[in-house]
Amino acid sequence: MADKIKLGFLLLGGCAGCEMSVVDLSENLVDALEHVEIAFWAPTVADVKYDDLESMEDDAIDVAFIDGMIRLDEHIHMARVMRKKAKTLIAYGVCSALGGTAGMGSLHDKKDLFEKAFKNTPTTDNPEGIYPQAECLVDGKYDLTLPVYQDKVRLLNQIVDVDFYIGGCPPHYSHVAAALDAIVTGKLPPKGSWITNGKAVCDVCERNPAAKDGEHRVMLNRILRTVDGVPDDDTCLLQQGYVCFGPITQGDCGGSCLNVNIPCRGCGGPIPGVDDFGAQAASTIGSILKDENVTNQLREKYPNLSKFFYRYALPSGILPKKM
Amino acid sequence: MEFTPNIVGFACQWCTYAGADLAGNLRCKYPPTVKLIKVPCSGRVKPEYVLKAFAQGADGVLVGGCHFGDCHYKDGNYKTKNRMDLLKQMLEEFGFDPRRFRREWISGAEGKKFAEVITEFTEELKELGPNNKLIEEVV
Repeated sequence: MADKIKLGFLLLGGCAGCEMSVVDLSENLVDALEHVEIAFWAPTVADVKYDDLESMEDDAIDVAFIDGMIRLDEHIHMARVMRKKAKTLIAYGVCSALGGTAGMGSLHDKKDLFEKAFKNTPTTDNPEGIYPQAECLVDGKYDLTLPVYQDKVRLLNQIVDVDFYIGGCPPHYSHVAAALDAIVTGKLPPKGSWITNGKAVCDVCERNPAAKDGEHRVMLNRILRTVDGVPDDDTCLLQQGYVCFGPITQGDCGGSCLNVNIPCRGCGGPIPGVDDFGAQAASTIGSILKDENVTNQLREKYPNLSKFFYRYALPSGILPKKM
Repeated sequence: MEFTPNIVGFACQWCTYAGADLAGNLRCKYPPTVKLIKVPCSGRVKPEYVLKAFAQGADGVLVGGCHFGDCHYKDGNYKTKNRMDLLKQMLEEFGFDPRRFRREWISGAEGKKFAEVITEFTEELKELGPNNKLIEEVV
């Protein structure tokens, strides 16, 4: 029997939800273990430390998955270590591919974020305004360090070369299965590509009025947020006025959110040919607003348009942070 | 040396581009700061193009189209308006000076207006200075 494919998983600035998607493969994962073996999975699943990765030989891992964005110097360091140890590196999940929701933090400076997180949240009691420091001397002899906070969120491909990208927050487990299948059978796309079925969310959405009734485009005559009412669960959400990014998002999720009456927010990553998700969202949504009143309604309902349009992709945009 | 702004102008071939031609025929004077890019319709200009122009060194970007009701393709400029209004708000949210970006309706008969817009925009950009912040961020 041929050697098993060695997989590595590394979590950087993320929530480990992407890794839950791997666990969600359940029996399929057990089946896959005939062909693959887990060489490294930290800091979430396996009891291994960063040192164990550093002490591995170069190229010891066949395929490495990195999830999470890059915000600390520790992330930068570990991404570089993993790149050395892995023959193929996959930016796994939208955080490492495009920045993810945490990427919206780049619209604020460190002072704002620290004040909010460590002082002004209702459950925090910090009258002296003590913030985490990168270095601290305790009792005059214990020199303690914490990872250094960077000025903005970075993507994995801004630090190391990335071979493939997988979108999703988290990637749907069926998509993870398809990706693992592609790895095991060697049917991977050219390097630098997204591993995707190549369809937009609208393409896989059961509500799609063009696919259902051959209907032509309808302009939006109002804008609704999901808190404004309960959408009809059979009609296209865009047609009802709920802004949905289905037209420009990769549909590897099978339209999961649409199936439960929630508009798409673009976690799958942009469809091919789109470099800047937020700018494309402004373009796509802008072109179906009926008139100026509807545009104004959109701007009123979403007071911070950038955070809406760049929900999962802000650091990947041409404007990568607040100037 | 005095700072000369670098303006990238996306001009609709039916109106603004024709307006620029007319400005030349009328011998209107305006500063040589604008690099015009002819597009079939202002509706062809994606917000992404504007951002790319800024990222690659433009100090100002102008999107020029036909007046409402005059679009050769009926509603291209209405789409431009919606898109560019959204883009302008996004620029502000990113802390990028929205005065560097202009959307103007200039018809083929308005050569004089074209010259005036470029002159005025150039003066404004001279006051704002070079677009260094984004360039540093991108490089």
